[in-house]
Amino acid sequence: MAIAIRAEGLAKSFNGTAAVRDLDLEVQPGELLALLGPSGSGKTTFLRLVAGLESPTAGRILFDNEDATALSVRDRRVGFVFQHYALFRHLNVAENIAYGLRVRPRATRPADAEIRRRVADLLDLVQLAGLGKRFPTQLSGGQRQRVALARALAVEPRVLLLDEPFGALDAKVRRDLRRWLREIHDRTGHTTLFVTHDQEEALELADRVAIFNLGNVEQVGTPDEILDHPATAFVAGFVGEAVRLPVNVASSSLRIGPHQLRISCGKVTGPAELFVRPHDLALATDSQPAILARVLAVRRTGPARRAELALADGLPTVEMELPAGHTARKGDILPVTLVNLRLFASR
Amino acid sequence: MRNGVLSESPAVRRTLIALAVGFLTLFLVLPLLAVFSEALRRGLDLFIAAFAEPDTQAAIGLTLLVAAIAVPLNLLFGISAAWAVAKFEFPGKSLLVTLIDLPFSVSPVVSGLVFVLLFGAKGLLGPLIDDWDFKIIFAVPGIVLATIFVTFPFIAREVIPLMQEQGTAEEEAALTLGASGLRTFLTVTLPNVRWALLYGVLLCNARAMGEFGAVSVVSGHIRGLTNTMPLHVEILYNEYNFVAAFAVASLLAGLALVTLVAKSFLEGRYGDQLARAHRH
Repeated sequence: MAIAIRAEGLAKSFNGTAAVRDLDLEVQPGELLALLGPSGSGKTTFLRLVAGLESPTAGRILFDNEDATALSVRDRRVGFVFQHYALFRHLNVAENIAYGLRVRPRATRPADAEIRRRVADLLDLVQLAGLGKRFPTQLSGGQRQRVALARALAVEPRVLLLDEPFGALDAKVRRDLRRWLREIHDRTGHTTLFVTHDQEEALELADRVAIFNLGNVEQVGTPDEILDHPATAFVAGFVGEAVRLPVNVASSSLRIGPHQLRISCGKVTGPAELFVRPHDLALATDSQPAILARVLAVRRTGPARRAELALADGLPTVEMELPAGHTARKGDILPVTLVNLRLFASR
Repeated sequence: MRNGVLSESPAVRRTLIALAVGFLTLFLVLPLLAVFSEALRRGLDLFIAAFAEPDTQAAIGLTLLVAAIAVPLNLLFGISAAWAVAKFEFPGKSLLVTLIDLPFSVSPVVSGLVFVLLFGAKGLLGPLIDDWDFKIIFAVPGIVLATIFVTFPFIAREVIPLMQEQGTAEEEAALTLGASGLRTFLTVTLPNVRWALLYGVLLCNARAMGEFGAVSVVSGHIRGLTNTMPLHVEILYNEYNFVAAFAVASLLAGLALVTLVAKSFLEGRYGDQLARAHRH
């Protein structure tokens, strides 16, 4: 299948500071791709480069295998949704949604009746029927963002670009809108890119996630791939609640602080970083190699109980999920083993 | 507001209010009343007769002409400057912002003198203009130039802070929706600042019609030719023609009152937008 959007060696710097560097990325038609990363990782700049709101310092952007690098914003036919809505404050909701149709040249502009019908359809789609005469200031944040989405969809964009669309909303509204956006996406089938720094949002909502760091993409993959098989140390540390432990690998044994663990470590040798999430640890059976860890505290997280463990002095504490009915208490010593090994050689 | 900490004793409160009202009466209301009463002292007939004078009519006409040229031009300059400053990044931006305020900080007399030094008979560009047989100093073009210079900051300063606060997101949204640059400007940028713009135009117009210092330097005070209303008031006054002087002055004072009313109407209606512009 054709690639909807392709970035080739894309770079952008502002006054000599690189925001995006030598970035390659492919977006499949119809997919919902999340751009996830810490602030300053270049994800918003990349989105604005795709939209044509910034022009790249180097590299190309292709839409449907056609070079779009030189196309102006207005010719790219993208729908852009801004974090702070950017609704036209002097126009009402219906006029906001109709704007993209009304500014078309006479030859391609739909008739007034057709525009009104399209606006009514879009108001239905975003569940704001009857609010067409309201002004943006008379709407809640969630409603404003839905108007912004309707306005972007009105021009029948080739791709939909959302820049932290739920960033300015409170947690409850975010969750509702997230599900609703997924529904809209499934119904309309637009190729969609959305920027977020909220990994829960990205992993729940997206078909695939691109992890951004320092102006480049560290890994692109489904939420499962990202969580279970992080490609780089950065991804392993950024997603999930991973704790980073400095370790040393020598002749198929893993040294964590004073402990030696006979365990297969793949190709990694020498000083390395081990990323440990609560589910990566388990109580060791008698036959398994184990570390004796001291329980610092036991906490309830939802249905499960978690023990906070000290593996050795000077190492960060780790958490482990306890089996149901286990009676560990503060001060106990538990034999612990590693179920998953997320190991990256230190750079 | 009437909590124990913030409210003063009634005596203090009354004294403060009396002071403020007294000050306003002494320095604003009384002079204004004096202008109108002096103008009407010899009766309405003489007041009206004062405006029948051809020189007075010429002065009024010239003032209207100057304002009619200076205000639209400054509207154009003001919007361009605000647009450039608020929506774009370029080297020398802060210098430009400082320069926009220059006419406020320079004495109007100096502003006038600058033009004399530039375009006067012995000025830098004087000989050049002489060849073209075109007069600037002691003629209408000089008056227009001086007025434009003095009133330049009014519109730009109203619009710049508002545009800066509004940012560029709405313009970017319009562009992504397929609008051209001009269309974006006309349908998004301009409507968003329209009240601040009107407010600036009002202030600019009041100053353009009332400017004395800079215009006085470049005008040459030729009756019926280069006399604006403020200059004409001075001439009439110096000739002890008090009724006529105050009659013309009352027209200027009337303009000030109309501006004030329009201004407070705008502030009442669109106060939030304008307040934002003034906070900076």
